[in-house]
Amino acid sequence: MNTEKKISLKSQHGNLWFEAWLRFKRNRLAMLGLIMVFSVILVAISAPYLAPYEPSRQLIWTEGKAAKLASPSSAHWMGTDLYGRDIMSRIIFGSRISLQIGIFATLVSLIVGVPLGALAGYMPGWVDDTISWLINVVFAFPFILFVLAVVAVFKNPSMVVIYLAIGLVTWVQIARVVRGQFISLREREFVEAARALGLPTWRIIFVHILPNAIAPVIVQATLGMGSIIMIEAGLAFLGFGAQPPTPSWGLMISIGQKYLATGHWWWAIFPGLAIMYTVLAFNFLGDGLRDALDVRLKR
Amino acid sequence: MFAYILRRLLYTIPVIWGVVTVVFILMAVVPGDPARIMMGQRGDPETLERIRSDLGLDLPIHRQYLRFMQEIIKGDLGTSYRTNQEVSEALIERFPATFKLAFWAMIFASVTGVAAGMLSAVKQYSLFDYSAMFIAIAGVSAPVFWVGLILLFIFAYTLNIVPGVGYGDGQLIYLLLPVITLGVRPAALIARLTRSCMLEVLNQDYIRTARAKGLAEKTVIIKHAFKNALIPVVTIIGTQLSALLSGAVLTETIFAWPGIGRLAVEALVARDFPMIRGTVIFMALIFLVANLVVDLSYGFIDPRVRYS
Repeated sequence: MNTEKKISLKSQHGNLWFEAWLRFKRNRLAMLGLIMVFSVILVAISAPYLAPYEPSRQLIWTEGKAAKLASPSSAHWMGTDLYGRDIMSRIIFGSRISLQIGIFATLVSLIVGVPLGALAGYMPGWVDDTISWLINVVFAFPFILFVLAVVAVFKNPSMVVIYLAIGLVTWVQIARVVRGQFISLREREFVEAARALGLPTWRIIFVHILPNAIAPVIVQATLGMGSIIMIEAGLAFLGFGAQPPTPSWGLMISIGQKYLATGHWWWAIFPGLAIMYTVLAFNFLGDGLRDALDVRLKR
Repeated sequence: MFAYILRRLLYTIPVIWGVVTVVFILMAVVPGDPARIMMGQRGDPETLERIRSDLGLDLPIHRQYLRFMQEIIKGDLGTSYRTNQEVSEALIERFPATFKLAFWAMIFASVTGVAAGMLSAVKQYSLFDYSAMFIAIAGVSAPVFWVGLILLFIFAYTLNIVPGVGYGDGQLIYLLLPVITLGVRPAALIARLTRSCMLEVLNQDYIRTARAKGLAEKTVIIKHAFKNALIPVVTIIGTQLSALLSGAVLTETIFAWPGIGRLAVEALVARDFPMIRGTVIFMALIFLVANLVVDLSYGFIDPRVRYS
């Protein structure tokens, strides 16, 4: 009897996601976003096969001066930089850096933000007050400056420091969403039923409420990927993110900008297009998921 | 209303305390010796010792914290190790440039965003609507610093119609590119929001009534729809404040704009700890004050808002 009930509940649960997928499929921008995100992932995975040159190979040694700051041509679709490195190859490999930062920093923000948001939303009183206070404190800092300050205290920040620094700032957005969900769910009948059964609090939070609060978290995390990629680009642009010769998009813009005034626009412009494409992809996907999962979020 | 303002003010105090404490912790966990990091290889033992006692690094951590808090309350943020200038003095000196930039960027964003959003909604599915929304979507996804570089490349380096980077003597022409750079993102968000709010309002019964009364379409749109569509736009200004200050850090760096953001980046590059502390705390304070002002202004714009 009990298992039967579980199964029927489960299939209904599955239907909700299936219905969301049907709604998602009908939304052209959402599908475009999904395809764009997949394309970035595909490029990152198959970078060594796609890139026409090695990203750090300095062609001035083999092809001479002509390979230095060469404008876009059939040999180098996006031109070359000062050292004769093929910009398109570097952009292709750069997708790995951006996705890596996006994924790991998002993981950090979820690991910190979900439990704290859940606790704040489930336990009114001093627990909520303390966590909400912390959220407001972190929100008061301009994000990029806070990340910069965290990264700057380390002498040679590794990528892990950068994931942690970004995640330790962006968790507040996740926590806010989770808290709001928990506040609206905690008084619902199924939660009261679980409490009446005498289930432990952690079980009520993680097994009973959290699965019902997951949709807005997915939407927020997807939209957050875009802003994290943007923060990383800004960080690298200011010289505090990935260090040379890493083919990071922000870093390429940072070095390439010095050659804008002399007319060598391709070095700084193409990596920016790559950032825009990737951020756009996650924004379309996030907006599509929001509509499909019928989530109302403040942005 | 008065009670609300008072409560809101009182709630800001623990947040400020939190901000200051977080900054203290951040600077206290620096691996290695801050004095050595600041001086590099140049420092002789005497100078290092002086820096340590100036910063109170020879004290136990809780005493350092108390000392730091006492100084902050007195408004003393220490002295820069790079320029020997008082941090608070530098902040006051640099603040007007940042304020000018952020203020005009917000004006630019509101005017272009509302105008584009309105026109898009009134002429829904027109060529204008599609191109405006395309630009808006691109504007939200483009990195601020990259937009600034493109503007510089086109208008300053190629067409030569505006000066390049710098502040000049404060002439308005120097303000043009930085303001557009910083304003693009909020303008794009405002345009999208104005469009969707306007479309929603245009479907309301009172708009149908206004039209049925035989009012001119212009009157319906400007007098009846516009005012109501404006409310959410004001809200977005509040939510964009933090992004605006983050954007200012990058915009000021590109345009060599002598504001707080650039001061912060210079301090970070030089590992000038008192200055880093000062700029981060100051930026957070600006955000909190501005946020307070925006929150309180809702009541004046939307009479339905009640403070309880």
